[in-house]
Order: sequence, then structure tokens, then C-alpha cells
Amino acid sequence: MTYLNLFLAFFRSGMLGYGGGPSSIPLVHKEVVGKYKWMNDEEFGDVLALGNTLPGPIATKMAGYIGYRVAGFLGLIIALLATMLPTIILMILLLTSLRDYKDQPWVQGMTKGVIPVVAVMLAVLTWQFVDASKKSLGLKISLIHIFAGVLLLQFLGVHPGIVIGLLLAYALFGPVKEKKENVVRLREGEKTG
Amino acid sequence: MTFWHIFLAFFIPGILGYGGGPASIPLIENEVVDRYEWLSVTEFTEVLALGNALPGPIATKMAGYIGFQEGGWLGALVGVFATVAPSLLLMVAFLGLVYKFKDSPRVKNMSAYVKPTIAVLLGIMAYQFFFESFTGVGWMHTLFLAGASFLLMEKVKVSPVFVIIGSLGYGAVFLA
Repeated sequence: MTYLNLFLAFFRSGMLGYGGGPSSIPLVHKEVVGKYKWMNDEEFGDVLALGNTLPGPIATKMAGYIGYRVAGFLGLIIALLATMLPTIILMILLLTSLRDYKDQPWVQGMTKGVIPVVAVMLAVLTWQFVDASKKSLGLKISLIHIFAGVLLLQFLGVHPGIVIGLLLAYALFGPVKEKKENVVRLREGEKTG
Repeated sequence: MTFWHIFLAFFIPGILGYGGGPASIPLIENEVVDRYEWLSVTEFTEVLALGNALPGPIATKMAGYIGFQEGGWLGALVGVFATVAPSLLLMVAFLGLVYKFKDSPRVKNMSAYVKPTIAVLLGIMAYQFFFESFTGVGWMHTLFLAGASFLLMEKVKVSPVFVIIGSLGYGAVFLA
């Protein structure tokens, strides 16, 4: 029963979430906290914060981790599959059948019609990331990062992995202003963790 | 060898993309279009457009489809595994450790420092796509489609599914 509920919870939040994983978070919250009460608000917030500390897609991290907490390793697998398998199969079927009509002029027209829409979606995402970094780093530092990024990535052709790797290394090993409250929280974390 | 490449192509975006799946889109493009040349820019746009028209997480849909195209069902499995497993394993296996450092300023800085770079990568992709559309169908169609889709999605809050279906219809009729 738990396995079925896990499947249903993550199948629904996967199938109803448009705009990638981050937009399905409220739906996951509704299922996990509201409907099945596997966690309370605070625990869910903790899991989300943890997920955001790590790289990679957020929806699958949430599904996998919550599935694991509720029903062990099999729960992890079920929640993960429910989140992503239906749409992956749909995607493969649709795209492979479209490929058969690739040379038809109307299919080529469809491809051309959708490019500006995808460009707009990416532009909106760009703005969301600019806004997020403005909030965490401040406008001035964000702009410096952005100008340096454009120079390195677009004009010097440096691989983004190198740029991001260096930034991560700097975050981990570079100088940091330790605030008092953070130190206290870290100690608390040591006891519980 | 192909499977190893599929693994690498999705493992790298998976461990570098801070900010959820959408953050790893330009990193995936870098691997599958620029490095391995499995898809042209136009094909990548198609995959991305259809991925956005369907529900669910975007990074795994792209990994699943591109993995399938290059290596069949096993390829799809490898692509999805490389996308999902590394950070999920960290979260499940080392939860205590991750929890301990959750509020550490250094760990917080990691995602904060990466965000502007992700913004740049997304911005460059948006520019590429506008440019491609501009040279392909001219500025009038491009401006119309971009303007209309922006208004519908961001102001009227129409679901992207309908906007994408609408643009496909427009393309089939007016851009064929």
C-alpha cells in the first residue's frame, strides 16, 4: 500500500508539473505533507534546503530521498520511476515518430515555429537566475560575475565545467566571513548529524 | 565507448548544475551539441521544446531521450542514471554529513557563486536561439512568436503546453 501511495504521489506531481522539476516542488509538498503526511512542513523544508545545497535536478532528489525515508531502497526506486519514467517514454515515442516525417515541409515549419518560444523560455530562466544571484550576492558582485562569465564562456570559449569548477573550489577553500550565528548552527548540526 | 560517453555527457551537467534541472540545460547542450556532436542546435531545440511541452523534470527527459537516440534503451538508462544518481546518492548516503554542512557559509557560497555563471550560460543559449530563428525565418516571424509567447506565458499565465502547441501550429501553416 505504501509503495502504491508513493507511486501515486510522485506520478501525480510529475505529470502535473510543467516547467521542469523546480515548478513541481509545490505539488510534491501537497502530496507528501498535505495528503499522505509522511513529513511535516519543517522536515519538508529541511529536505528541500538540503536538495538545493547539492547540484543536479531537484525533483528526482526529492522523490528519491522521500521515497527512501518512507519505504527504504525500494521506495526510492518507485518514487524515482514514478517521477520521471512516464514522461521519458512519452518523449521518446513522440520524438522518434516525428523523426519519420522530418523531411515534410510542415514538420520543418513546426521546428522553426517553436525556436523563438524556447528562446523566450530560456530568456525568462536567465532572468530568474540573475534575480536569484542578485539576492544572494548583491547586484555589484553579480554583475562582475556575469561580465567575467560572458568573457570567459562566450569570447574565450572556456569549457563551463572549468569555470564552475573553479568557482566551487573558491567557495570551498577561499576566504569566508564566518558569521556568529552560522558557527552556532554548525555546532548544533554536529550534535544532531 | 558510447555508453561511457553518454555517462560523461550527463554526469558533468548533473554535478555542475546548481539550481535544479533547468540549470543544467546549457551544460547538457555544451556536451551533446558542442563536444560529442550527437545533435545539431536545431535538433537540440526540438528536444528542448518537446521536453518543455511535456510535464515532469526536464533534465531527466533530455537525458532519457538523447541517451536513447545514441544507445537505445540501455543508453537512456545510462543517461538518466548519470543525471540522477550522483547527487541523490550524496543526499541519501551522506545525509548526516550534508546536514552538518547545510548552513556552512562555504556550502551556501557554492550554489550562490555558480548562479551568475548559469545565468550567463542560459543567456548565451537564448541569444543563440533568437539568432537562429532570426536568420531562419526573419525578424517579423521571430518577433511575433517571441512577443506573443512571452505575453501569453508570463502575463496571461497560459500554460507553456498550449503556447508550444500554438507555435507548432503557426510553424506548420506559415513557416512551411
